[in-house]
Order: sequence, then C-alpha cells, then structure tokens
Amino acid sequence: MANPLLKIEDLHAAVQGKEILRGIDLAVGAGEVHAIMGPNGSGKSTLAGVLAGRDSYEVTAGRVTYAGQDLLEMAPEDRASAGVFLAFQYPVEIPGVGNLYFLRAALNAQRRQRGEEELDAADFLQLAKKRMKLLEMDDTLTRRAVNEGFSGGEKKRNEIFQMAMLEPKLAILDETDSGLDIDALKIVAQGVNALRDAQRAMLVITHYQRLLNYIVPDYVHVLSAGRIVKSGGKELALELEEKGYGWLEPEAAAAV
Amino acid sequence: MSAATLTAPPAPAVYTAPDAAYERAFAAIAARSGEPAALRQLRRSAFAQLQQRGFPTSKHEEYRQTNLAAVLQRSAFALPERPGAATLREAERAAQPGAAFGGPQLTFVDGHFTPELSRLKSLPAGVRAGALLAANDAGDDRLAPLGELADIGGENTMVAFNTAFFGDGAWIEIAPGAQVDAQIEIVHVATGGAGVATMAHPRHLILAGRGSRAKVVETYLSLNGAAHLTNAVTEIFVAENAELEHARLQQENTAAYHISAVHSRQAADSRLRLHALTFGGALTRNDVVTVLHGPGAEALLNGLYVAEGRQHVDNHTVLDHAEPRGASREYYRGILDGQATTAFRGRILVRPDAQHTDAVQSDKNLLLSSDCTANADPQLEIRADDVRCTHGATFGQIDEEALFYLRSRGVGAEMARHLLIFAFAAEALGRLNPSPLRTRLETELFSRWTGLTPPEGAEASGG
Repeated sequence: MANPLLKIEDLHAAVQGKEILRGIDLAVGAGEVHAIMGPNGSGKSTLAGVLAGRDSYEVTAGRVTYAGQDLLEMAPEDRASAGVFLAFQYPVEIPGVGNLYFLRAALNAQRRQRGEEELDAADFLQLAKKRMKLLEMDDTLTRRAVNEGFSGGEKKRNEIFQMAMLEPKLAILDETDSGLDIDALKIVAQGVNALRDAQRAMLVITHYQRLLNYIVPDYVHVLSAGRIVKSGGKELALELEEKGYGWLEPEAAAAV
Repeated sequence: MSAATLTAPPAPAVYTAPDAAYERAFAAIAARSGEPAALRQLRRSAFAQLQQRGFPTSKHEEYRQTNLAAVLQRSAFALPERPGAATLREAERAAQPGAAFGGPQLTFVDGHFTPELSRLKSLPAGVRAGALLAANDAGDDRLAPLGELADIGGENTMVAFNTAFFGDGAWIEIAPGAQVDAQIEIVHVATGGAGVATMAHPRHLILAGRGSRAKVVETYLSLNGAAHLTNAVTEIFVAENAELEHARLQQENTAAYHISAVHSRQAADSRLRLHALTFGGALTRNDVVTVLHGPGAEALLNGLYVAEGRQHVDNHTVLDHAEPRGASREYYRGILDGQATTAFRGRILVRPDAQHTDAVQSDKNLLLSSDCTANADPQLEIRADDVRCTHGATFGQIDEEALFYLRSRGVGAEMARHLLIFAFAAEALGRLNPSPLRTRLETELFSRWTGLTPPEGAEASGG
C-alpha cells in the first residue's frame, strides 16, 4: 500500500502508567474494512480511543499518520472534521441536549472547519429522515435528548445514524455488536454496509465473530496483549470462532 | 487552650432588632388611613414581632449560611413613593419580557401596583385578579386569608417584616373547575431609587379553586444596577383536586438583596408545581414551605440557581407531609462559577398520619470554578412507618466523557463545554410545563453560555 489512509507505526500507549498498547503496526487503505479481534483486555478499545483522541490515554511511542497528517497532534474535534468517526462502545447520555440539535451542531461545525457551507434546517432534516429510514429508527428517538433513556440497542443504532449523517472517511466501530440482539445487529450491520464505499475505510473492533457474518471484512487482525499477533483474511475470524483465542497465546508470547 | 477561652461568652443574640429608621418608616405606615382595621392590627402585631425578635443573624440555625441582619442593618432601606411618569416609562420597558407573553399581567413598581403597566382588561374565564389592597366591587374580603400560611409569629421574621411593610401585591383567584391556559404574570420592577437604597415588600395571594387548573409566574427585575432589597411573600391555597403551576423567576441585578417566602397549602388530590429560578441578586434567600394537607396531594419543588462572581444563593424548603398518600418530588440544581456560594436545605417532614408518603429529594451542583462553594443539607424527619423517602446531593464538574463525546463528533472544546452547562440547566427548565416562560428561559440560557441563538430543538428535557 503506497499511501494508506491510516498508517499506525509502532504505537505504544499507556493508561495511568500501565502500558496497554505495546507496538501496533497497521495500514488501512481507503475502501477497506479491517476487523480487529481479540480477547478482553487485549487493547482493542484503547486503540480506538487513541485514534479518536481520548485524552485519558498517553501515547508513549510510535506515530499515526492519517491522510498524510500526524493524527496524534490533532484535537478530537479536528480529527472529526478531517473524517475520523468513533462509534462508542458505551455511547454517552446527555440529558438536556436534543439529539437532532446536537447532530446538526456537529455536522455544521465540521463543515465550517472544512470551509463548506452549513446545512440549513430544512436540508438537514431531509437528510436526517433518509438516514433514519436506513437504521429503521423511530422518529421519537431523534426528538429526545442525546441517548437519554435509550436502550442499549437504540444507543448503538444512534451511533450508526450519526455516522451516516457525518459521512466519515475513517469509521472506527468499537464493539458495536455488544448488547445487541440478532435483529438489532442485522439492522446496524445493514446501516454500516450501506455506508461502505471505495473512499471510506472502516475499523471494526469486536470480541465475537458474529458481527463479521454481517459486516464482512477484507482483513482480520488479532490483538493480544497490546500487539497484533496475527493477520489474515475473513476466514481468520471463523478460525477464531472455532478455536477461541487460546491457540494464539503462544505466538503472542513468542513475539515478546 | 487556656482557662480564659473556656469561659462561656454571653449567649449571642440570635436576632438583632430593627433600628430607628425602620421604626420611623413603620410609624408612617401605621398612621396611614384607609386600610381596613384588621389589616392595621395585623401590621402592628407584625412589627411588634419584628421589634421583639429582630432580623435573623447567622447565629440562628436557619440562617447559618446567610446573615440577613448584617445586610439589613448596614443601611436602612427606604420605602420609595409611587414612581413618577418618567420612571414608569422605564419600568414599562423593563417589564417587557413578561408583557411579550400577552396574557394577563399585574405589574408592580417598588411594591406599588401600577395599573397602567398591567393587563387585566379581558381576564380568562374563571379568573379574578387585581391588587390585594384594591377596593373591590364584589365586596369580598380579599385580605381574610392573609397571614394564614405565612405566619408573623413563625420562625422566619422576614415574613413579619413583609407583613408590617408591604405596599401591595397580587390577588389571584381561580374559580372552581376553571381550566386556564393563559399564563398569569406578576411582574415586580425595583427602580433602585436615587442616592438611597430602596426596599419593597411585595405580598401575593393565590387561591386555586377546587378542580381548577392554572399557571402563575412571578418575575422580579431591577431597573438599573443600584442596590435594593426585595422581601416578597406569596401565599398559595390549592383546593381539592386543583392543579397549579407557580414559577418564581428572580432576575434582579447583582447588587440586589432578594428575600422570598412562598407558603402553600394543598388540599386532597391537588397538584402543585413550584419552580424557584434564581439568576440575579448579590444575596438571595428563598424559603418554600408547602403543606400536603389532604390525602393524595402531589408537590413538585423544582429549583435552579445560577450564581457567579460573588453571588450568594440560599434555598430553604420544607415539605410537610401531613396526610396519607402524598407524593413530593424535589429537584434543585445549581450552576456555580467564580467565588459564588450557595446553600440548599431541604427538610422533609412526614407526620404520623402521612402513611404511604412517597418523597424524593435531590440537589445537584455543577461547579465551574475551584473557588465556588456549594452546601447541601437534607433533613428528613419521618414519623410514619410505611413511607418511601430518598434524598441525595451531588457536587461535580463537567463530565469529561460527555465532553469527549461531543468533541469526537466535531463540536469544538469550548462550545462542547458550554453546551453541557446549558444542558445541566435545561434539565431543570424541562420540568416546567411547556410555556412561553420555559421557551424564553431556554433561549436566554442557551445564549448566555453559547453566545448563539438556539435553533429549534436545541433543548430536550428527555421527558
């Protein structure tokens, strides 16, 4: 890959002095869907957080280049404007702020930052209606406060709805399947698949292979103890489903 | 510790008596002709109480956080005359926020009723309203219930101060069964006077008839930045199965001293929603007392206080569950910045007869600076055995995770922070029934923090 959209080199990151990521190397090209799998505690969510700019993580070494820019130097809102989107594992409830208002404020902040014209209320609403249909979202969810009182499934659906509205270049889905029943999972996957195109890259982080039946990745990487210990095609996910993560442990140990 | 310091000092006076200036001011009121004999007697008794017991000092348990005597004796506040035409024109502009709603309005300037700034011509069906001290054609005794709830012999001598000195106030009566959609406005404007700090003692009476439904808003404003004192008392009687929403909005200048007492009594199955919204004042003390006096009564006490600079806000509430199956919900929240100080004391009293009481109390504070101080003091006194009472208080900063969430969507750090402060206040505003007042406050607060005009849908209370 000559010029990948996202290039992670020897990335180390720590939380409260404890090293969680211990040398990640990964390149993701435009249009590609990469799955990151791994057991609990392997560093999957840390990787997602570091890429989105969560400041509770301290990057201790390595570099991340996104669309030719040093991603780690950018504020979270600037990363968003540049096209990075994180679908949260635990979306935050913000009582008092309307769901649609928030989304329009976010979308227009991004557009301003990129020197584009802001969307007026009518155009925004039209776009929102179209995207809500895609996620089979109830009208009432968008009229309520951000995620307030949403079920687990509704929150995840709202994340993908936001992604559909913001149209990022790099979407990071952090355990989007957790807490979803099979019907909700299918709807969410359908929304994600509708957003796949040649320009958009996706990093799908998951513990279970199940999600990858619906969002079929181009590449699968296994994270263990803060490193990618194995990479392969989509069939690697099936192998993990069958054998579990245990068989990779020795390789992880050998790589130290 | 030396022996000398162990010698007990003489017991400190809990109250300090009003000085000669107040005595002269009261003598002028007492000499006034034209008031009914019963009222003159009530005023004399009230002033006697005040002389005997004085203004509360911080030695008094109920005033530990707020020393009123210090304020009231620093300088005597003068009772201003009825304002002239020029002042009224200015006051009219100040009273515009209320006027914009277009419903019935009673306007007071420095405690005086000003019919020329009021709108009482075409009152909604079932509403009678006017000045408390006005002679009325119906010949009914408007003053009869006065002091029944706000007792001049009670703990709070500011009620006696008000009773002795009040100039006038609003009298609002909702007929049994009347369903009133219009928001009834009481607007008080303090002009600040010239050279001398002024005081006003507005005194309101609201009577909600059986099965009626209505909304009343009291708004307090200052004409300029001059210091003044407002000491307002409102008595509210809610008859059986009536529903009353009452909001008290304090937007006086930040040099003002604002004392208020709202005393209410609820009959069986009545529903009372009391909102205490404090934004102005150098020093604010709000007392809210509601007695759930019949079975199945419901009360909502919703408070929002926003204090910055050196503002001080003290909210004391008493929820008195006297009868069975009462439900009370009390939510107070404060936003503090600068060196602001606030106090919240919420007393819930469940009397022996009040079985199956369901009471919830919470006080949440958002602290935006390291120099501000918030106090919370919940007091539960439960004398019945089959009840549910919960309380909680929180003091916190802006939620970092929510901040990151907003930023990760592209909202700038500063805007995200302001949006979260607004959201904290919007939750309290969301407890007001939808009304022109709620919309106006949402707009004002959104602009206050974000500097922007809110587009539709900015606020969402989430139900």
